[in-house]
Amino acid sequence: MSDAVELIGTFTCPIVHRVEVALRLKGVPYEFIEEDLGNKSALLLKHNPIHKKVPVLLHGDRRPALCESFVILEYLDEAFPDQRPGLLPADPLDRAMARFWARFIDEKCWGPAWVALWAAEGEGKEAAAREAKANLALLEGQLDGKRFFGGDRIGFLDLVASGFAHWLGVYEEMGGTRLLAEDGHPALWRWAREYAADATVRQCLPDREALLAAMATSKERFVSAATAMARK
Amino acid sequence: MAPEKNSSDLVLLDFWVSPFGQRVRIALAEKSLPYEYVEEDLAGKSDRLLQSNPVHKKTPVLLHGGKPVNESLIIVQYLEEAFPDTPSLLPADPYARAQARFWADYVDKKVYDCGARLWKLKGEPQAQARAEMLEILKTLETELGDKEFFGGEHGFGFVDAAFAPFTSWFQSYEKLGEFKVAEVAPKIAAWADRVGKRESVAKSLYSPDKVYDFIGVLKKKYGIE
Repeated sequence: MSDAVELIGTFTCPIVHRVEVALRLKGVPYEFIEEDLGNKSALLLKHNPIHKKVPVLLHGDRRPALCESFVILEYLDEAFPDQRPGLLPADPLDRAMARFWARFIDEKCWGPAWVALWAAEGEGKEAAAREAKANLALLEGQLDGKRFFGGDRIGFLDLVASGFAHWLGVYEEMGGTRLLAEDGHPALWRWAREYAADATVRQCLPDREALLAAMATSKERFVSAATAMARK
Repeated sequence: MAPEKNSSDLVLLDFWVSPFGQRVRIALAEKSLPYEYVEEDLAGKSDRLLQSNPVHKKTPVLLHGGKPVNESLIIVQYLEEAFPDTPSLLPADPYARAQARFWADYVDKKVYDCGARLWKLKGEPQAQARAEMLEILKTLETELGDKEFFGGEHGFGFVDAAFAPFTSWFQSYEKLGEFKVAEVAPKIAAWADRVGKRESVAKSLYSPDKVYDFIGVLKKKYGIE
């Protein structure tokens, strides 16, 4: 069985970044296949017919491909156990907590944040902003004085939260809505700086200007997604 | 229907007809783990529930030595990891584990919400929910294929436990959506019969009639006729 790793994704997507950093932390070489989410490729649709999303991980000949970032992150930790072990904590209760807060990040932070960032005024935008900020504060509580969510080193939950450390600022600039600021979330703000300064992370943290330029045409797509979410 | 009284550290805060709670009951039974079952009144949630799951205030919650674990699939994985000497629901191979997690997540993301739209909505939105439910069942049918269980070589597994509780909702989905699972997804229907006979599932689920009555209660509560 071949062991070459291919990651289908786009540098504009913070969800993909989670996997890219995990691969680098684990020292696993990979080929990054850049995807245009506005014009999805046959390759992506073939390997993720169900959700049609990135990231998608192809590991050797293993098919079907692996989809969904949490699934991929846990897979990498288990498939490469000797390389930088312990992306997830060792203790079962700590693992359960990490999984819980990971879901919380996607459902309760990014969910309302997306509506707050992109929905039109009066489409639940303000309520979503309040909810996102309140939930970011709950997440922030999980830092509890630690350098990273994972403790002294970056772990699973740091990777899942990484979008807030870099992409959120870019979205805020594009959309004009501010959600994360030093005075509102001081611990999360400090964590974001720590995360973005990490040597491994910096290898795959895209330049802010490059993100802005690449996403200039994406705003319309973000707005319609947010509007649909707000109406649910 | 109530399981054995507690002789270990495990307490399950649950709601009788919740398919999410039933996943945990199935996993506990598969692992022969004794526990105390506590029925929560969702209209008047206990302090213990609210303190154990302050973020979502939902059941099921597993308390292990008083420490809470929330969210059904997270609880099941916790049981796998905290009780490694009990029969496992996840296979050993990392790739097979990943696929099991993917499909359990698919069931989690799709089935309950689509089913809820079937009973909450009317007209065109309900027709869309019906179409989506057929799509979900067909997708799961393809994944099951000719396997006896979703767990394949492993036997009854994580995805089976994740999806089995919804078999008691099939009859309701059929009535609301005017279709037959046996026609749309015959392999799923056969699988539902098989898992329904499995002891851990049989003692955790309520009859389809009881589920249908429960939906009737929900509809009244939400003012839907």
